[in-house]
Amino acid sequence: MIYFDKVSKVYSPTSIALEDVSFSVEPKEFVSIVGHSGAGKTTLLKMLLAEDKPTSGKVFFESVNVHEASRDDLPQIRRRIGSIFQDFRLLPTKTAYENIAFVMEAADAEDKDIEEDVPQALELVGLMDKALHFPHELSGGEKQRVAIARAFVNRPDVILADEPTGNLDPMNTREIVELLKKINNLGTTVILATHNHDVVNGLERRVITLEKGKLIRDDKKGRYIIK
Amino acid sequence: MKVNARRAFKEGIVNFWRNGWVSLAAILVMVLALFMIGSLIFSNVLLTSALTRIEEQVDISVYFKKEATEEEILNAESALSQLPQVKSVSYVSEAEALESFRARHSANALITQSLDELGENPLQASLNIKAQSPDQYEVIAKFLDASAYSALIDKINYFQNRVVIERLSGFLGASRAAGLGITFVFSLIAMLVVFNTIRLAIYTSRDEIAVKRLVGATRAHVRMPFMVGGVMYGVISAIITMIIFYPLTLGLGQATARFFGGPDLFSYYLSNFFEIFFILLLVGVILGVISSSIATRRYLRV
Repeated sequence: MIYFDKVSKVYSPTSIALEDVSFSVEPKEFVSIVGHSGAGKTTLLKMLLAEDKPTSGKVFFESVNVHEASRDDLPQIRRRIGSIFQDFRLLPTKTAYENIAFVMEAADAEDKDIEEDVPQALELVGLMDKALHFPHELSGGEKQRVAIARAFVNRPDVILADEPTGNLDPMNTREIVELLKKINNLGTTVILATHNHDVVNGLERRVITLEKGKLIRDDKKGRYIIK
Repeated sequence: MKVNARRAFKEGIVNFWRNGWVSLAAILVMVLALFMIGSLIFSNVLLTSALTRIEEQVDISVYFKKEATEEEILNAESALSQLPQVKSVSYVSEAEALESFRARHSANALITQSLDELGENPLQASLNIKAQSPDQYEVIAKFLDASAYSALIDKINYFQNRVVIERLSGFLGASRAAGLGITFVFSLIAMLVVFNTIRLAIYTSRDEIAVKRLVGATRAHVRMPFMVGGVMYGVISAIITMIIFYPLTLGLGQATARFFGGPDLFSYYLSNFFEIFFILLLVGVILGVISSSIATRRYLRV
């Protein structure tokens, strides 16, 4: 479903973010990508979203190389990928409800569907009562739950979560991971980039380990092992 | 598409309201720019009317020798009025010239007495000629010099006033050009300031644009609400500018009319209300939309 083919990203000769990384992800998998800060986790996810171009190599989503997708096709691909970021990236001038609804609007959904699906997504993350709050009126954990609802509302095939728990306390971290598991159980592929040991070890799923831009381990039921 | 337009419109208005301070700043700057353009329209009206008045006061007089008969002079008048450069010709007979001379100097006993003692009319008959434009007096003067009437002509005061007339016509031409140039330069500066302000307003939304692109919004989808915002800046600014001009022209109208001898600005404002409003609206909306379009383009590359 997702295939990284010898992907390298070189910002400058002394700053190599990714080096010859190849792996593939099957549908409904839950993959954790671990490594120190600067190991290339975020860059890897950016490559899949086509937010940044690789220096060499190809990134396929199904049979399409996302970096060769046309102007019209790229939005279609991105609609099938939900993204969650460490800094939430909610739109500050929109309420929680609108932050979720605009993703559906961007995908040209009907008003009727938006009115049905947004409350469902809010229900899933347990924030129905905060629907009309603006991001600055929400706590960190609540913001991230809105972001998850936003990523999930279009029923994407895959969800990318880039350090979703990086700014959260252990309690909120557990809740977010539970949500991701729930979403994965509903049939959505999840790719989680993190450097949180407990999260990874508690999952007991596939773990890809990056170090200085290189893929050094890929374990079916992995643990967080970094020297 | 219809759904998208409606959503873009709604989002544009909501953003406009929620980014209150930024919208206010953009509108204030655009009001300044439109005010400048409006002021230039008004001052152009004043300047044009002042220039027309000055031009109307320029004429040349052709004085005929005593031996020229009235018939010959009237022939010359009709020949002159055939010329395309001539706007009007008026004949002043010897008797009329004397009458107006006496009337002008009725308070001066010495002059009246001398005239009475002289016994005959010392003044000459003349033709007063107005040209279509000041630079054509030379052509008219030359025409007279070369014509059959030149033997009857005593003097043409163009040759005495020539330098003044030439300078005046040069000055009038130059002030028109300068007026146009100033209009152009000021409008350009105003537009650049507006463009930068709107760019700044959109700069604050760059993260929003990036997020929208990353969740799969098309470029058009991201851009449309900003276009709506640009249109709103233009419409609201044009309305505010028109409102500002109401008390301003009312207060200044009569004073400027007295000074420039031109039309009352307030009555000009009222009678050309829709034309002025339309110009400001057009400039404002085009400026807003183009600025928004260029400013969003930068952040759409994601």
